[in-house]
Amino acid sequence: MSGRPPAEDIETSAGATDRTPVADADVCIVGAGPAGALVADRLADAGHEVVVLEAGPRFDFDDRLARQEKAIRPTYSRPEVWDSDPERDAHGNSGPWFYPLNHARARGVGGSTLHWQGMVMRLHEGDFNSKSERGVGTDWPIDYADLRPYYAAAEQELGVAGGDNPFAPPREEPRPMPAFPPSYSDSLFADACDELGIAMHPVPNARNSEVYDGRSQCVGYGTCQPVCPSGAKYDGTVHIESAEEKGATVIDRAAVQRLAHDADRITAATYATPDGEYRQEADAFVLAAGGVEIPRLLLLSESEQYPEGLANSSGAVGRFFMDHLFAGMGGTLDEPTRQNHVGFLTSESHQFYDDADAEFAPFKLEFFNYAGPSPVEMALTGDDWGNDLLDRLRDGYGTHIAMGGLVEQLPREDSYIGLDESTTDNHGNPVPDVHWNVGDRALRTIERANEIQRSILDELGVDIEWTAGPDSTGPAYHHMGTTRMGDDPADSVVDAECRTHDLDNCWIASSSVFPTGGAMNPTLTIAALALRVADAVDAAV
Amino acid sequence: MELTRRDAVSALTALGASVAVAGCSDAAPTAQQPDRDADVDADVDADTELRETMVAAAEVVYPDEVTGIDTFVNTFLDSRLAGDRHAASVADAVAAVNDRAKSWYDDRFAALDADTRDSVLREMGADTAEPHRDGSTAEEVRYYVVNELLLALYSSPTGGELVGIENPQGHAGGTDSYQRGPPT
Repeated sequence: MSGRPPAEDIETSAGATDRTPVADADVCIVGAGPAGALVADRLADAGHEVVVLEAGPRFDFDDRLARQEKAIRPTYSRPEVWDSDPERDAHGNSGPWFYPLNHARARGVGGSTLHWQGMVMRLHEGDFNSKSERGVGTDWPIDYADLRPYYAAAEQELGVAGGDNPFAPPREEPRPMPAFPPSYSDSLFADACDELGIAMHPVPNARNSEVYDGRSQCVGYGTCQPVCPSGAKYDGTVHIESAEEKGATVIDRAAVQRLAHDADRITAATYATPDGEYRQEADAFVLAAGGVEIPRLLLLSESEQYPEGLANSSGAVGRFFMDHLFAGMGGTLDEPTRQNHVGFLTSESHQFYDDADAEFAPFKLEFFNYAGPSPVEMALTGDDWGNDLLDRLRDGYGTHIAMGGLVEQLPREDSYIGLDESTTDNHGNPVPDVHWNVGDRALRTIERANEIQRSILDELGVDIEWTAGPDSTGPAYHHMGTTRMGDDPADSVVDAECRTHDLDNCWIASSSVFPTGGAMNPTLTIAALALRVADAVDAAV
Repeated sequence: MELTRRDAVSALTALGASVAVAGCSDAAPTAQQPDRDADVDADVDADTELRETMVAAAEVVYPDEVTGIDTFVNTFLDSRLAGDRHAASVADAVAAVNDRAKSWYDDRFAALDADTRDSVLREMGADTAEPHRDGSTAEEVRYYVVNELLLALYSSPTGGELVGIENPQGHAGGTDSYQRGPPT
């Protein structure tokens, strides 16, 4: 029968039955997240022999309802939802700012889109020209116009539901699905924002507002982050399965250990599996393992030719690690606010985004639909049950309201991903060291975002109970900047085509190539760049 | 407020999903399994005791406003006991509850009055214990009995409505309710 299968009964998927290398591979892709999946799908469609090596396992879609139980029950930590392995995923944290890496990623086929929120905005035009327009950071070697057609293609591939945003960059066509209607909670904010002259507009979601590409429309499970049991929220497994149907080979639990190379080419990826260690040769390699594992792999692949790490003549591999900073505020109203019916956002504001300059970073504002506690999660904690518990739930749920926001941080040399030589993973390799640091511009901007949030909540009559400000902010789990894109091989890792300056047959498809981060959730830009990389690889091999 | 079958069964059919019934292919006794009838009888007894204990516990941990508990809990348990690991752990926790009831109150848990059942759970420490799958007896009772039942109730539409949310987290209640204002 249907119902709620127990989390405890989830079986580890057998995954690939043959983990041996693919003969005569044209392209080897490292990482089966959304970037690797899109590149694989495009290149397989173009007729190339493609193999994808994924360090984590393949998860069974039918287990998602059971994984949802892990998301709800307090017994399970967030990394446990997608079976994070403490030894495989060990990491250092030497920076002045703590970084909860294993809360920030999911490892396996689908990658971090398995647990992502699913917001998909295009970067604004100014984000590509931070140095020249805002006087800080660096310029990208490409402009919005270069990426614009790929943004449109990415929106089609992921399936994006969205509507008009007067502050967004120009676009040629509507998103493929209509936006989710605003929430009742949005309607409460709307009067206050009108009074203050602040515009609200829809959030673009990689979440089906109607049946799309054979996948369900959203059915309102409310656990989008970290697991969508219906499949309405896009994740990388969509394009992995599509790529496989077109002939690509995807090998799970295939952790790439080193990239063998000569002076200007990668010759093979050596990878460890439960069945033994293998060597995958290919004409071209695409690194798509995210902003932490890509620089780690390059640093681990040091050689006499590249003593500071592969593709690291610039010394920029691992440097300039960035994330977005969270700014938030919330409290309670003296009326019902109808939170936690769904796990996604329907309204936001980019009104202040393009005011960015050297003093203040770009930022966006979000209007939450899941402020305050979820009753079922509340029910599973506490010392009460029966009528006492119900009384506590009724007291605790119903009147919360909150806003969030993301703020750009600038790239800094002292914010980086390195190797922690003191700790090794399950294969004996030094683990990544997250050395995260944030500058004053981001902190000032968080205060600015908080000021606006406070004005809106005050106008609304909210009794403000918490603030995520400069002293209590945290990362949004977007790993960027660690193999930055640029025209000058002396200070960047990849060129404008996302091909490494040092190696002729190596491309990188990841937010790791972002020279600056803007303040938009990065996955749509990752997807657009991945499609662009696919075109470049297709032309080259 | 009455619990219904809708509360116990997630709306997976809306997704076009199907869920297989596990372990049925070898359920029938055969000539090669001469003791099977006796085993089946024992299993039925154990299953009956487990289910009546869980229903009896639900009558304690659910608020008084809830009715229809027997059918709701039994339907929920159908999906929870279909596998091996979880079912065995629930059975162990239920056995611990019954052992304690028999030791202190000379009867199985389900035969005790509601106040005494409440006392048994509290005297075991299940009210203050952290829920753990592999912990002390109190922690396992909290996880496999108390929280198991609370998860069932408060992720269901009726459980949600008790608190003021028609589509609680964990229930596939669609995308209409988040747009609606409070009932007038």
